[in-house]
Amino acid sequence: MRLLTGSLLAFLIATLVGLGATYLALTRGGAFGALTIGSWTAFPKTGTIDADPYARAAIARTGRLVTGVGDGVSFTAMRDDKGKPLDGRCDVTVSGITPQARFWTLTLYSTAGNLVANSLNRPGFTSQEIVRRADGTFEIAVTPRAHAGNWLPTGGIERYVLVLRLYDTPVGVSTKAGREVPMPAITTGDCR
Amino acid sequence: MIRWLMILLVGLVLGAIVHLSTIILLPLTATRDAYARLTPLAPVNTMTVLAESAPADALMPFMDPAFANAVCRYDLSNGPLKFTAPVSIAYTSVTFYTRRDIAYYAINDRAAGRRVIELELMTSDQRAELPEDEDITAADRLIVESPTTTGLIALRALAPEPGLMPTARAAVQAARCVAEPPQPQSSR
Repeated sequence: MRLLTGSLLAFLIATLVGLGATYLALTRGGAFGALTIGSWTAFPKTGTIDADPYARAAIARTGRLVTGVGDGVSFTAMRDDKGKPLDGRCDVTVSGITPQARFWTLTLYSTAGNLVANSLNRPGFTSQEIVRRADGTFEIAVTPRAHAGNWLPTGGIERYVLVLRLYDTPVGVSTKAGREVPMPAITTGDCR
Repeated sequence: MIRWLMILLVGLVLGAIVHLSTIILLPLTATRDAYARLTPLAPVNTMTVLAESAPADALMPFMDPAFANAVCRYDLSNGPLKFTAPVSIAYTSVTFYTRRDIAYYAINDRAAGRRVIELELMTSDQRAELPEDEDITAADRLIVESPTTTGLIALRALAPEPGLMPTARAAVQAARCVAEPPQPQSSR
């Protein structure tokens, strides 16, 4: 009887721990080989045949087609440089320069990965559309209300993610975070 | 006391096994992965141009809206496949995915190095069966080996500004993925 209750308890613990860990791994996201620069994180290895089991499970569960490394690298930001989650009711500024790439795009998504409807019908910017300063740096205003310059409307949603995709870039699996890969800063200003 | 610790330890070890096996088995049971989402839209071994990403209904999450997309859902069981795509104005890339949506190969227009991207897709067995006398290392013949018999080819063409989207869509529309006629076997 003691053996029976003992093994039942062990199985119960196993189920809770095992499925709980799987659930957490899939909802929090995550794979090995993260490349984090500032607020931006990419998983270059997820775009190769060597993608680890966690990346494979996340790909299957979300139904996305990841960017292959021969194509480019996709950086995601969910928080600003101070660690505050990106809020669509606040004035957020993305400024600076990007790593070397032939083209890049910056896109605003809901946390589920859908585009967000807005009055301008503008889901993001490409590197060719952006207005730059004389020194080559740029500043994108990610705000709910109209803004001069590069305005990326948030549609007023509470939480969003920014995805910066670099196409035809030397940034890849072997890249280490450092001075040679500068990513734009993300700062939150006033909130309404 | 020792008995409870033992139960806890056995529980944790079994839990780790449950966790790892569910993570590994999950891709095999997924019914809403990208391949499954594309199955009703994309016939086998045919290029299908995907609708532009819209906020309301996205076919797949995290698609880049600056790109025109076309996919070819391939099946190599009847022989290799030939893929051709004209290069668009700005940037074009081709990414190959396994049946489980793992990107195993990707190439862009500059790496392909000409006006038309031409690739031959085959399984490792089909490549091994290629006649010896054919110079398969020739630079004008790019062969991609697929680790799985079925999978996806995704063609993406960048529209650097929204006004150029029709041009990018026209470029992906002109792409072809066709099964190659079966090679004569009798000469062996």
